[in-house]
Amino acid sequence: MMTPSITHPIGDFIRANVPIPELAYLINAIICIVAICTVAFGAAMVLVYMERKVCAHVQCRLGPMRLGPHGCIQTVADTIKLFFKEVYAPNGADKFLFYLAPMVLLTAPFMCLSMIPFDHNLQVADISVGIPLIIAVNGFGILGILLGGWASNNKYSLLGSLRSGAQMISYEISYAMILLFVVMMSGSCSLQEITLSQSGNLFDWWIFKAPGIGFLAFIMFLISSTAELNRAPFDIAEAEQELTGGYHTEYNGLAFAMFYLAEYINLVTTSAIATVCFLGGYLPLSFGYAPVDHVLAIIPGFIWFFGKVFVMIWVYMMLRWTFVRPRVDQLMGLEWKFLLPVNLLLLALGAIFISLGWIVP
Amino acid sequence: MKKEEQLTTKAYIKRYFQRICQSWSLIQGLTVTLRYFFQPSRIVTEQYPENKKTLKMHDRFRGRLEMIEDENGENKCTACSLCEKACLNGSINVLSTKNIAGKKVLGRYLYRLDTCTLCSLCVEACPFDAIRMNQDFELSRTTRKGFEMILNKKEGRG
Repeated sequence: MMTPSITHPIGDFIRANVPIPELAYLINAIICIVAICTVAFGAAMVLVYMERKVCAHVQCRLGPMRLGPHGCIQTVADTIKLFFKEVYAPNGADKFLFYLAPMVLLTAPFMCLSMIPFDHNLQVADISVGIPLIIAVNGFGILGILLGGWASNNKYSLLGSLRSGAQMISYEISYAMILLFVVMMSGSCSLQEITLSQSGNLFDWWIFKAPGIGFLAFIMFLISSTAELNRAPFDIAEAEQELTGGYHTEYNGLAFAMFYLAEYINLVTTSAIATVCFLGGYLPLSFGYAPVDHVLAIIPGFIWFFGKVFVMIWVYMMLRWTFVRPRVDQLMGLEWKFLLPVNLLLLALGAIFISLGWIVP
Repeated sequence: MKKEEQLTTKAYIKRYFQRICQSWSLIQGLTVTLRYFFQPSRIVTEQYPENKKTLKMHDRFRGRLEMIEDENGENKCTACSLCEKACLNGSINVLSTKNIAGKKVLGRYLYRLDTCTLCSLCVEACPFDAIRMNQDFELSRTTRKGFEMILNKKEGRG
C-alpha cells in the first residue's frame, strides 16, 4: 500500500470474488500460512542436503551419495526417520516448558519470513516498520533456546543456553545497528521500500551504492548475523565438542527436528534480510548495458530473490566450515570492543555521507 | 583463566589494531576452502563397493602377508625363521625341511591370518626381502577354515 506500483493481485482477486468478507479473509490467511510453510519446509529440506554437500566438498569428501542421484533424497529419509522416533523428556525435566521451547523457537523465523518481499507482489505483509519488527522478533527466538536449556534438567544444556543468551543479546546490538544503517540510507523501514530504493544497475545495491562503507557494513552484517544464527564459528550455544550439543542435547525425534528446522529457517530468513538490505532483493541483476539487462529482466523476481538467497546461504556455509570457534571471552570481546565501535562509526559515516549528498536514498 | 598481563594504553591500542590486521588470515583460510570446494578432483572419498574394479590401494597399504615369488614361482626364503621370532602373535610358523643335498630349506611357510594384526614386523625382520604385505584388504571369511594358509608354492632354494 506504500506506493501505487505495488498491487496485491492474489489477495485482491479473492476479496473481489468471495462474497463474504470474513471468508475471504480466512482464505487469504490460509493461503499465506501455506505459502510460508512451503517456503520454510522446502528450504529447510534443501538446506540440510546443501549443508552436508558443501561441508563435504570443503573437506575433500563426497557427502551423501547413496540414496538417489548424488544422495539428493537423503534428507527425505532422515525426516521420515525423525518422524517415527519416540519423543520423550528426561527425568526431572519441566515437561511443559520442554515441549514449549522448540515451538517458541520456531515462531520467530516464521514471523520474519512473513515480512520478506519475495517479488513485487509476493509478500505476506508489507509492514511499514518491517526492520524494527524483524529485530524484535529475532530477539524472541532466544527465549526458545533459554527455555529449552532450562527445562532439560541437564547442566550442558543450561550452560549452552545461557552462553547463547549472552551471545545473542550482545550481537543483537550490532545486528540492529547495521539494519538501522540500511534504513538510514534507504529512508524507509519497509522491506519493500528498501528493495525498491536499490533499483537501477548493480552499483545501486546498498553493498556498492554507499561508497566503501556499504561493503564494510555488509561484512559487519555477516559477522553479527552469523552470531545471531548461532552457527559456527559462533556456535558456542551448541559447541558439540564442549557441550555435546548444548541446548538441544536432551531433545530427540520431532522436538529435535523442530530445533533443526528453526536453525535452517533462521538461515533462510537472515539470508533473505541480507539480500533485501544489501543485494537488491528481487531486483534483477543489471550492468547498465541495455541488451543484457533486458534479457536478465525476463527472469522473474522471485527466482532472482531465491538465487541471491542461496548465494548468501552458501557464503554462510563456507564461513561455517572454514573458521574456528572463538572462546566465550573472545566472542564478547569481538562484539563489544570491535563490532560496536565500528558500527557506531559506520552509522556516523553514513549520516555524514547522506548530509554531503554522496548517498542519494 | 590466565590473568591478562598489564598493558599500557599505547601498547593496548597497538595490539588492538594488530589483531584486526591479523584477521587477514581468515581470508587466507577461506581461499583454501574455496579452492577445495571448486576442485572436485581433490576428493579423496572412495565409493567402495561400486568402484571395486578400479580401486587401487596405496603402496604403503598393508594387506595380508604374502611371499615374493618370481615368474617361476620360486621364493627367496631361506627358512631362517627370523620372521617367526619377530611375530608377536605367533602367527607365522616356518617349517624347514632338507633338500636332496642335505641343506636346510623352506618346507612350508605357515601363516595364520586370524591372529595376525598386520603389523608388518615380519617384513621388517626379513633379511632377504622374501615376504611383503600385499594390497589385499577383503580378508573376511564366514568360517575359520581359510585363515590358516601356506604361503609358499615351492620349496625354498636355500
